[in-house]
Amino acid sequence: MKENRVVAPYLIWMTIFIVLPIILVIFFGVTIRTESGLQLSLDNFKRFFEPIYLMVLWRSIRLALISTVICLILGYPMAMILASNGLKMKNTLVLLFIIPMWMNFLLRTYAWMTLLERGGIINTILNFLKLPSLNILYTEQAVILGMVYNFLPFMVLPIYSVLIKIDKSLLEAAEDLGADSITVFRKVTFPLSISGVISGITMVFMPAVTTFVISRLLGGGQFTLIGNLIEQQFLFVGDWSFGSAISIVMMILILVSMGFMSKYEKENEGAGLW
Amino acid sequence: MVMKHIKKLYAFLIFFFLYAPIMVLIIFSFNESKSRGSWDGLTLKWYIELFKDRQIMSAMYYTLSVAILSSLIATAIGTAAAIGIDNMKRFKKSMIMNLTYLPVLNPDIVTGIALMLLFIFMRIRLGFLTLLLAHITFNIPYVIISVLPKLKQLNKHIYEAALDLGASPSYALRKVIIPEIMPGIITGFLLAFTLSLDDFVISFFTTGSGVSNLSITIYSMARRGINPKINALSTIMFITVLLLLIIINNRMSKNNTIKE
Amino acid sequence: MTKVFKTTLALLLVASIILAMTGCSEGKPTLKVYNWGDYIDESVLVEFEEEYGIRVIYDTYATNEDMYIKIKAGGSDYDVAFPSDYMIERMIKEDLLHEIDFNNIPNFKYISEEFKNLDYDSSNNYSVPYMWGTVGIIYNTTMVDDTVDSWDILWNEKYANQILMLDSQRDSIGITLKKLGYSLNTRDVNELEAVKDELIKQKPLVLAYVGDDVKDKMISEEAAMAVVWSGDAVYMKWQNPNLEYAIPKEGSNLWFDAMVIPKTSKNKENAELFINFMTSTDIAFKNTDYIGYSTPHVEARKLLDDELINDKTAYPSSEDLANCEVFKDLSDFLTEYDRVWTEVKAR
Repeated sequence: MKENRVVAPYLIWMTIFIVLPIILVIFFGVTIRTESGLQLSLDNFKRFFEPIYLMVLWRSIRLALISTVICLILGYPMAMILASNGLKMKNTLVLLFIIPMWMNFLLRTYAWMTLLERGGIINTILNFLKLPSLNILYTEQAVILGMVYNFLPFMVLPIYSVLIKIDKSLLEAAEDLGADSITVFRKVTFPLSISGVISGITMVFMPAVTTFVISRLLGGGQFTLIGNLIEQQFLFVGDWSFGSAISIVMMILILVSMGFMSKYEKENEGAGLW
Repeated sequence: MVMKHIKKLYAFLIFFFLYAPIMVLIIFSFNESKSRGSWDGLTLKWYIELFKDRQIMSAMYYTLSVAILSSLIATAIGTAAAIGIDNMKRFKKSMIMNLTYLPVLNPDIVTGIALMLLFIFMRIRLGFLTLLLAHITFNIPYVIISVLPKLKQLNKHIYEAALDLGASPSYALRKVIIPEIMPGIITGFLLAFTLSLDDFVISFFTTGSGVSNLSITIYSMARRGINPKINALSTIMFITVLLLLIIINNRMSKNNTIKE
Repeated sequence: MTKVFKTTLALLLVASIILAMTGCSEGKPTLKVYNWGDYIDESVLVEFEEEYGIRVIYDTYATNEDMYIKIKAGGSDYDVAFPSDYMIERMIKEDLLHEIDFNNIPNFKYISEEFKNLDYDSSNNYSVPYMWGTVGIIYNTTMVDDTVDSWDILWNEKYANQILMLDSQRDSIGITLKKLGYSLNTRDVNELEAVKDELIKQKPLVLAYVGDDVKDKMISEEAAMAVVWSGDAVYMKWQNPNLEYAIPKEGSNLWFDAMVIPKTSKNKENAELFINFMTSTDIAFKNTDYIGYSTPHVEARKLLDDELINDKTAYPSSEDLANCEVFKDLSDFLTEYDRVWTEVKAR
């Protein structure tokens, strides 16, 4: 295949709209504004390694990780069900899976607040059934719930698209050879779908690390995440240098740590990430 | 048999989880009160006011056109890129993929401001075009990440077989590769479309006067409280999409029975 | 799947082409207005267009800072914007605003004298006040039995997990400064340290740091008290009669949103025409009536319901305002505020 010809438009696009802006961000990150104009400095990076900011970074990664794992656990069976053979209206169901995400994010999140609050819909139902109330709004669990809700389709769809084309004869062969359904899943289905899983994890974990609206609304502003920190720097403080430095450090850390994950990919050619 | 019921129940629960908030927002579009905090009775007034609201209507128009155009263009560029990247050598491939992840990993605000400065620097007037360019940019990575797994799954020999049988490379690409990776392309398109519909931060910074999308309109209400007109609009959108889906679905099943 | 996809694709393409063809027609002179979301009675815009034959392009923003970045960066061409006090001060400092020719704004005479020549625009060359208000405590009388007249009540352990604070560093730090008897524009690091300790002490009592959702929360009685803007308090009281609003005796923040003409404007005269139009009595009344905030317009205020005119929440007496201060632009010192706020919230 002539790789260069098909990939050329993207390379041009990438250079202009991804590489150039990144250079700009790096430029902001390594300069500080002084009275005599811009000056090269690594102070912004040093500042990021103060304990308070590291704590925020750790919290962001932890919550994103938990959400990603939950998305995977909830999403994989769902993808299998959607991809299963006898299912009628498969396409419709897949579309139905993504349509909720076409409603505005802010409205959906507010709706969750209506569901979760003390006198909210869920608690009204629980009380009606004489069950104890559930107070999860403004807790970490609520933030995780919001992340899982918003990113679940990003886990399910890529896995689904890989699962539907798995050669069914492989599964049958395994069964014929006496493997029970758990073994078939462990030894055949899951390994064959691993590239879809990796895509799903990437598309859930990466945006989850930098989200800030979910933690602000469902977490009641009490769980500052790295995204909140960066937003704060750019908008309210006007310290673009520090904001850029935070995002550069974060990007490097995540790309490196996700690089380790790609080692698990069995194929000899990885999907990037070093 | 038991398994089948468990599957059904599981799917039902997941769909319930996805649709519960949607139901809430639909119900509140009929709330007489402007606040979600109190229920003052049923009304259709938000629907009537919605159609009088010029700003929301124009935002709706820009939202849809940007979402459709950007996801289509991003799907085309991204699919081609994925095919190219899949055939690259390890090092080059890693380099390009890591760059591809950057827009996904970069917080929206950083991407938004950086792109805004870039457009101003390039002297492109902020407006529809810049908005579209920005959306394509953040959509492409999602398409690439969706299509790549399908390419890995692809049997490399069928392409060569097609060439051996005398197909031209572009014909083989169209007739052999594309159909095989179609589910990945569709996934990429759907995710791109979804992201584009919902983006606020990047859109805000890359658009110019007179061009704003629904997210900008909605988020800018944040200080005063979101007007239930927006709930009404979402309800209409939701019902329309659902109806379209049912119609297409019916059509398809009819076509299938005729064929058989 | 392919077939569904192709059908949808075809539909979408047709739809987008139709949409693209119905683009708007040019020709008429235009005026580009940049305002907070849902902060105008939109029928007013139509009236303006009909009266002057100028087409209004109307965009909205969510925060002062959002608007500032767009105008500062230079990619926009807005003719009129509605920043708040401290932001006006900063924009004047950075030479982002045109001086307004007040000969073109005869209706300026209707603006109450007490709202002219304020610190942020001390000789009143750049701005015409649009709305104003205070920051105070809204509380539910069925849940709070103490008298609410001091910020101290927000630190009262009796109300643990019943208190909502604003998720805004300037406001939350500001009221804490006031509680401690300092100026809410302080540039003293020691005072900020004291504020930090206070806020950290308060944190376990706080249910959440919220934004506009505070209104729904208070109306549905999810919390006993909250820090809110007066304009919203009027609305909340109207929705739930158990709610009451107080401006603490230590003083608070007095705020203004005013109309200005950014340097990005290409037709300053039309912008002035618009500002004058917005300041005419019936239009100012319409906007005040729709938004529900307090108007600085003397004549428009007289047209309001008697109940509202006499409502101390919307129109507090001058004694209530005695200790109140308007925010000043802190420029680089904001970094210190941000440090404090991050230390409080990220813990």
